[in-house]
Amino acid sequence: MKKVISQITLEQDISIVLCGEAGQGIQTVEQLLTRMLKLSGYYVFATKEYMSRVRGGSNSTQIRVSSKPIQAPVSRIDLLIPLDKEAINHVSSRLGERIIIIGDQEKLDTDKKVINVSFLKMAQEIGKAIYANIIAVGLLLGLLEGDIKAGRVFLKDYFTQKKKEEFVADNIKALERGYQEAKRLIEENLVQVGSFPHLKKSSKVENNLLLNGAEAIGLGAIAGGCNFISSYPMSPSTGVLVFLAQYAHDFNIIVEQAEDEISAINMAIGAWYAGARAMVTTSGGGFSLMTEGLSLAGMIESPLVIHLAQRPGPATGLPTRTEQGDLHLALYAGHGEFPRIILAPGNIEEAYQLMQKAFYWADQFQIPVFILTDQYTMDTYYNIERLSVPQEETVRFIIKTDYDYQRYKLGGKDGLSPRGIPGFGEGLVRVDSDEHDEMGLITEDMSIRNRMVEKRNAKWHQLKKEALIPTLTGTKDYRVLCVGWGSTYYIIKEALDRLDKPDMALLHFQQVYPISETSIDFLKRAKQIISIENNYSGQFSQLLEMQTGISIRSRILKYDGLPFYADELAEEIKDVIEENGGQK
Amino acid sequence: MKEKDAINFKQKGIKPAWCPGCGNFLILKALQQALAELSLKPQQVVVVSGIGQAAKTPQYLNVHMFNGLHGRALPPATAIKACNPLLTVIAEGGDGDMYGEGGNHFLHTIRRNPDLTHLVHNNMVYGLTKGQASPTSEPGFKTPVQVDGVISEPINPVALAISLDASFVARTFCGNLEQTVEIIKKAIRHPGYALVDIFQPCVTFNKINTFKWFQEHTYFLEGHDVHDRNQAFLRATETGKLPLGIFYQHEKKKTFEQKLTVHQEQKTPFLSRSINRERLEELIKTRQF
Repeated sequence: MKKVISQITLEQDISIVLCGEAGQGIQTVEQLLTRMLKLSGYYVFATKEYMSRVRGGSNSTQIRVSSKPIQAPVSRIDLLIPLDKEAINHVSSRLGERIIIIGDQEKLDTDKKVINVSFLKMAQEIGKAIYANIIAVGLLLGLLEGDIKAGRVFLKDYFTQKKKEEFVADNIKALERGYQEAKRLIEENLVQVGSFPHLKKSSKVENNLLLNGAEAIGLGAIAGGCNFISSYPMSPSTGVLVFLAQYAHDFNIIVEQAEDEISAINMAIGAWYAGARAMVTTSGGGFSLMTEGLSLAGMIESPLVIHLAQRPGPATGLPTRTEQGDLHLALYAGHGEFPRIILAPGNIEEAYQLMQKAFYWADQFQIPVFILTDQYTMDTYYNIERLSVPQEETVRFIIKTDYDYQRYKLGGKDGLSPRGIPGFGEGLVRVDSDEHDEMGLITEDMSIRNRMVEKRNAKWHQLKKEALIPTLTGTKDYRVLCVGWGSTYYIIKEALDRLDKPDMALLHFQQVYPISETSIDFLKRAKQIISIENNYSGQFSQLLEMQTGISIRSRILKYDGLPFYADELAEEIKDVIEENGGQK
Repeated sequence: MKEKDAINFKQKGIKPAWCPGCGNFLILKALQQALAELSLKPQQVVVVSGIGQAAKTPQYLNVHMFNGLHGRALPPATAIKACNPLLTVIAEGGDGDMYGEGGNHFLHTIRRNPDLTHLVHNNMVYGLTKGQASPTSEPGFKTPVQVDGVISEPINPVALAISLDASFVARTFCGNLEQTVEIIKKAIRHPGYALVDIFQPCVTFNKINTFKWFQEHTYFLEGHDVHDRNQAFLRATETGKLPLGIFYQHEKKKTFEQKLTVHQEQKTPFLSRSINRERLEELIKTRQF
């Protein structure tokens, strides 16, 4: 047993996995435990993978606990809490020799060594079987020497709003029961918690924030002045719709669940036309339905913010899992030629910031702006220090119109003509999905057609100039450059930290289209470039090659529906470097 | 009558792209007349349309225009009204646009009950795509696509709207200009969703349902109680001679905009609203726990 602990120590963190059926309350354990551990002074990371069903199946949550910031999943499991028979099977490929499994031995039916804790029996002693989860929270809190007082206070707050007093009291009993059980395991030398010397608590962490990607996108939308969202529920994008609905009253947001995605995007465009700042949130299949609307935004030069949370396709694919497979969809969606921006946040802070940027740019350039996330981003959280509220009033790119107002006045800088709003000023605001003249009225005059095409596409100039520069993490004198985009940022970063090679760096793109012209210099300086993407065809590598002419031959791709694991990825990067021996 | 004021709503310098004798001219005229008689200013009116010959109507009107996608007039119209309830919003298009391509939006807009007027030019045929069947074409109607004649039953938009308890349901024939103006005025004044299905001949592609056919096959409802939904449904399902006029009205229904809390708490237009930054600060802080 002592050896187990020393192995964990090497890893600098503890990786806990809870696994069971949908409906067994794993999410509650995750939510409570991470908050209690953070309040106790730890850095935590949590992510989940789950099946597309409401009850049954096999789902798991990974919680990593550390005394340093930690923001990526690993394959390794140090401590497994299996809640049903299937659980051990479900994660069998990730069980090392030194794993600690704690659970109801008789329920599990396994030949693995299990430290027996009868969660169910203890729960029934308190009153109800449902308390078993809270006992598990208490147990883990105890094993990690978390703060039971903080746990008690937190639990009380958590339940008081919705539950009866007796229920709250019983839950606190359950928490304490689990905590005592942890003490028993320690006293009986079954788990030696005193030997987690690397886990130091810090009072700095207490005020950190814990929020997932869906909440960060929602908060970013509010900070960006969003006051209209129309969408149709679709995993994994629905979290953003739910979040904005929860706070719609506080921030005066119109939230409409449309009859379909076609209606949703057309409503959002109508809302911008009438002066709102509107967005849609959707996933691949839903976005496919929106593509004609996207083209409408391109033609009438309407601002639009599209949050596209990717999941594996084609068609229904794996509805609750993750992939970066819709970059090309976002890139080429919509008929005809018109400018667009595609942003891809790499972490919680970027999700919050880029959402604001999306609204700003959409309004400024009168174009659609995408925020491309994925299921992994939506469902993942870890300590972050702060999110800053914008200090200035939202900048609006709207004019008060005069009698002679023309919506598509030619001759403006970089194709921009001032955008008016019906009812604001004396002018008439006309927009037309047909090719149109300066007034916005239908035309088939070919010289106007040419000028309007050129006007719409003249925006590219400014978009390219303002494109966000990719961020370089690691040495500037790199020989090997790993290239990633969107949600893989921290995973690749941890993989590189693990490899600890002085000549490697990570180039992370938070804007994938158009890319900053500076990108080419970063790429040219590398001896070997490794592209890492959560898809089958290396969509971003293809895009980079198209935009820079640099072809990336080393690719690490994953498309099984799960995110990369930092430990596995480190091994893969090592293999790729060895295979290629310094070739681009 | 403010016939001279109708000029305010005419778009100068553009000639309609319709066939001579098209029913759309009469509907355009009726709408201009109705807007003038309601003493509206062009700046107060937004006409949202889809695609088709009927959907070109706002091109010839001196008002705000949102000429969007085929079948998709109702969603942006709903959003525009929701974001600025001070505007008079009209969604306009043909039978293919509104009952075919946009059929789903038709159903769900009725459920929402936004305060907008829904004008559907119904000539029972596709014009812009040159003469195919529409959702309201009669069975047996032969076209280059429906070579053996239409085999599906037509949509009865009036009965459908009444079945969904739409708050205002009317039908007219553009050949009855005066009544059409009155019905459009009542529809615009009605607080809530108002459907006006407008029969019109297509002089080029529909040789069955001609101007004369509509004259012979329609009559105006008399002594009908517009608040009696069952009676309205019965009248809407009559065959042979088709009734015109207001079938059903339900004025007391709350509108979509009235139900939105955004307009209950603040009255300022959307474009001048600012973010509640203190509340955002508080909300972010809640994520410490």
